[in-house]
Amino acid sequence: MTTMISYLFLQSYWWVIISLLASVLVFLMFVQGGQSMIFSLPGNDTHRTMIVNALGRKWEFTFTTLVTFGGAFFAAFPLFYATSFGGAYWVWIAILFSFIIQAVAYEYRSKPANVLGRKTFDIFLFVNGAAGPFLIGTAVGTFFTGSQFSLNAMNHVQWATGWHGLEALVNAKNLALGLSVLFLTRSNGLLYIINSVDDGELTNKSVRKLIVNSVSFLVFFVFFLVALLSSEGYAADSETGMITSEKLKYLHNLLQMPVVLLLFFAGVIAVIYGMWITIFRNSRKGIWFTGSGTILAVLSLFMVAGFNGTSFYPSSFDMASSLTIRNASSSEFTLRTMMYVSFIIPFVIAYIWYAWRSINRKRITENELKGEGHVY
Amino acid sequence: MIENVDVALVDWSRAQFALTAIYHWIFVPLTLGLSFVIAIMESVYVRTGKEEWKRATKFWMTLFGINFAIGVATGIILEFEFGTNWSNYSWFVGDIFGAPLAIEGILAFFLESTFIAVMFFGWNKVGKKFHLASSWLVAIGANLSALWILVANSWMQNPVGMVFNPETARNEMADFWAVLFNPVAVDKFLHTVTSGFLLASLFVIGVSSWFLLKNREEWLARKSILIAGIFGLASSLMVVFTGDTSARTLSEVQPVKFAAFEALYDGKKDAGLVAIGALRDTKKETRLPDAKEFAFRIEIPGFLSLMTGGSRDTYVPGLNDLVYGLPDSTLMTVSEKMHRGTVALNMLNDYKKARRDKDIVKAEEIKKSFHQKDFVDAHFRYFGYAFLDKPEDVVPNVPISFYSFHLMVMLGFLFVLICILALFFLYRGTITKNRWFLWITVISIPLAYIASEAGWVVAEMGRQPWIIQDLMPVSAAVSQISAGAVMTTFILFAILFTALLAAEVSIMIRQIKTGPKH
Repeated sequence: MTTMISYLFLQSYWWVIISLLASVLVFLMFVQGGQSMIFSLPGNDTHRTMIVNALGRKWEFTFTTLVTFGGAFFAAFPLFYATSFGGAYWVWIAILFSFIIQAVAYEYRSKPANVLGRKTFDIFLFVNGAAGPFLIGTAVGTFFTGSQFSLNAMNHVQWATGWHGLEALVNAKNLALGLSVLFLTRSNGLLYIINSVDDGELTNKSVRKLIVNSVSFLVFFVFFLVALLSSEGYAADSETGMITSEKLKYLHNLLQMPVVLLLFFAGVIAVIYGMWITIFRNSRKGIWFTGSGTILAVLSLFMVAGFNGTSFYPSSFDMASSLTIRNASSSEFTLRTMMYVSFIIPFVIAYIWYAWRSINRKRITENELKGEGHVY
Repeated sequence: MIENVDVALVDWSRAQFALTAIYHWIFVPLTLGLSFVIAIMESVYVRTGKEEWKRATKFWMTLFGINFAIGVATGIILEFEFGTNWSNYSWFVGDIFGAPLAIEGILAFFLESTFIAVMFFGWNKVGKKFHLASSWLVAIGANLSALWILVANSWMQNPVGMVFNPETARNEMADFWAVLFNPVAVDKFLHTVTSGFLLASLFVIGVSSWFLLKNREEWLARKSILIAGIFGLASSLMVVFTGDTSARTLSEVQPVKFAAFEALYDGKKDAGLVAIGALRDTKKETRLPDAKEFAFRIEIPGFLSLMTGGSRDTYVPGLNDLVYGLPDSTLMTVSEKMHRGTVALNMLNDYKKARRDKDIVKAEEIKKSFHQKDFVDAHFRYFGYAFLDKPEDVVPNVPISFYSFHLMVMLGFLFVLICILALFFLYRGTITKNRWFLWITVISIPLAYIASEAGWVVAEMGRQPWIIQDLMPVSAAVSQISAGAVMTTFILFAILFTALLAAEVSIMIRQIKTGPKH
């Protein structure tokens, strides 16, 4: 077995795991999407309580996925971790701040003597809900548009601009991806609320809001997609590792990897279908389609970013410093050891599923919350 | 490797890490221990079916939840801070250090966060046994996460199981089991989690005592003190035992840190352990700058030698010996280590030059030597010394190391006594009559936190200047960002975490005053 599994296989395997974690994270950020509407969606306090509790029972999954994503990226591609986090300092710090304030907000918002007041904690939820998905989307945009850094002989990063990551915010493609992610998570948030809260008035309002959010998502996503597929990308030579610029690189990637193309189409269709049946057919099941479509679409985009000899973290300042899954990965030994650890993931998913189902059997209503010992 | 070290940048980066780690650690030990106390109480409830036990379980669970949320909030930053502020470090050791962090996420965090949801929302939705299992799994998950992060930390204190690869300029894992069963890791894990159990026990005893002082919730308070007393006593004995083994390991792998704990400048045989003492600046001529001497001390004669080597004849080296060497001994001077480290660093630079010049033969030859045991033992293991300016740089802040170590140890023994007395008074049925003791247990809650934080101050300040013992000093590890940027984020963290802490403490106190639900 040891000899059959090559270094490149392990690097690819770990890129798939990272991509999976990223795609599940984007789906689970329906919690954030929902939070971003905490002031605009509910018509009254009861609605707000129901929304907060529906989302609040899931926030830790999103949070844990984010933390695991960070840990896995560190373990599998430490050069990315060192380069991006240490270079694009401000973007990552901003993302982290938005998650720090989220972690206390649910538990503390309704507790007596919480010093800062319920309103402050609700603002925390809103800020995390709006800024989290947007900034993560924008930061992932740089996987395609590049950043300005160089690595020295010891692989230590030097960022070429004093903005340290904030420069990503003035790139139209990054912004388009950031806004796509934001509106997608908002759409997923609405679909989740429609699915899990049993309240006619709130459902009607959510469906109306879903129309605006899904259209906004589609507009920004199409813009991003067109821009991406028409742009150049950095390709690494499979023999020498030399990085060169290639026209229409991402379009080529999609066409040269039919499985990824298929995943991508399946994902986008499922996303739209879920929105469609909710808006036009009063279905409550939209989250299943749009949610799984989100996972497939993000997964395929990550594969486009990292596979087929593509630099997944290009440097527009010093092309040779661009990161690929080959030059940024951990050693073969570490990747193999970690692969054994990763075999436990299906088991983890199974118990999460079981636990989730066992406490989510009933939909949330006003009465259900009254009988519940732990209310946010 | 590093050209101009910005001292302010290094200091602010360290300050930020210290700030965030200290804040995080306010909440972790209670999570580690209280999760078990809750699981034990719920087990009793499931066995006896008595509703009072369920009520007690739910009361402690409420406090657990308040503490847990802020632990999560302050924890996320630590995982990413290695990258944002210590990016050179992250690359240099990422091949080894990243794995435990990832395993922590996959194995522990999901266990914890999944079953915590069942714990809080599952009372009316799942069966009694499933709920109980969830409570145990939360406790196990929390402590498993502690295991992996402590494995990572221990590797920094005692790097093992790796080889240096000059091509990538990093250390690469060669033996996973050596990393996991690093002697420092084993000691550290046991010492740290049991100290968390002890802190949680003191918390439960203290809060229960407060109820007794107010003549409220007598049944709940007595039962809680009983469980926490037993759990706390067992834990405190483990803390003392593992503290002793930690010290022995430390004297071998981090002798400078060990000498700094004891403020031992000149080594000796039959060295005594300082039980209590105070330091002052010395007026004598000393080789080390800013050397201290004892204003007073009470010693346990010969005990330090006995602890480290098993005999009073054991020579315990002091800071002067460790820096300047000791005639007729195997102790190497720091200057010599700096020389050897520089040889290794030059080899690395030669390798990079050979690669640039496409001198494959030479490059391969150099690469091989980094794998050879002789070269590693004689030179590479002192790699970090190449970055030091002067030999004296290896000495950490002695007063901070000394005082935090002794504070921790003294409080530790006090806590053993408190657990014993709590159980004794409970057994005699006189606990409510001894109000002085009840007050002491209330006061011991903040003391437990102080002791716990002091432990980390000892561990982390005591190993300065190293971020990885002997291989990398903090000055070579920082991200190349401006000191002003780090100062700004330091201030932001300080404001935010302090505000959140204020909210947490206030909510906690209110919940305790309100007491368990009827």
